[in-house]
Amino acid sequence: MAETLTCQELIELVTDYLEGALPSPERRRFEDHLKGCTGCARYLAQIRQTIEIVGELREEAIGDEAKSELLSVFRDWKSGALAKE
Amino acid sequence: MTDQRGTTRADDTALIERLRAGDELAFEELVEQYHASLIRLAGMYASDSRVAEEVVQETWIAVLRGLDKFEGRSSLKTWIFSILVNRAKTYARREGRYSNQKSLEEETADAGDSGVSPDRFVGPGGDPDWVGHWDVFPASWDEAPEAKLDSKELRRVIQQAIDALPETQREVISLRDINHFSAEEVCNILNITETNQRVLLHRARARVRRALEQYLVE
Repeated sequence: MAETLTCQELIELVTDYLEGALPSPERRRFEDHLKGCTGCARYLAQIRQTIEIVGELREEAIGDEAKSELLSVFRDWKSGALAKE
Repeated sequence: MTDQRGTTRADDTALIERLRAGDELAFEELVEQYHASLIRLAGMYASDSRVAEEVVQETWIAVLRGLDKFEGRSSLKTWIFSILVNRAKTYARREGRYSNQKSLEEETADAGDSGVSPDRFVGPGGDPDWVGHWDVFPASWDEAPEAKLDSKELRRVIQQAIDALPETQREVISLRDINHFSAEEVCNILNITETNQRVLLHRARARVRRALEQYLVE
């Protein structure tokens, strides 16, 4: 493997880096490259931002109807009326 | 043991005891916490929302029936989501909509798609010192209009990008980045190796970043 990473190689290692899956020599090469490279630093920041934005996809709350249906399933289960599989 | 949301196994133990004792409030808490996430996840496999709702309903029933046998080897959340994923896949297979192993192999073999076009880099014909380096930096998102970053439209763009992913990539990014499972938990739920998990997550995030880039700066 070459001593330094190219940008094209670095972006393919971004997830391994974020997951802590890079062995330490590779991790060092990755971080050395980042220090001197605006494009890759920006790419990594954008991947982090992507993760954050995806993580903010809010779930709808459960509807009242669905909830009361499930609670009645629970009562059936509790009373033993929910048939065994 | 702590997942990214900070739920501990000790919390699980208390909750499970309350559930086993028939505490309806405990079940209500559980349903409020996970039902909507389960519906979303089921929706990835189901042909329509009615099927998704049915799968989730069956999941809750399976959870109740399985409570006595649950040994806590995984977190309660992982266990519930595993049940959901297995049922949803069974339904989807029955409808011929889930291709399983074949697609996993195909998707991990599909190495070319990084979400960044190769022509963004200096090619073999360029300056030999700079081959493989950025020819054009990724455009900055800092100048994107504030309104674009905080809008329904942004959610739609992301949802669409996720929907467009191959199915195993979609499963992994949904579980990791939307539902905040750890890598290990995702491997257990989907029954894939750590390496596959990382490859699939990598592709998925790169493609969603690409969709965001198009929306924010192009």
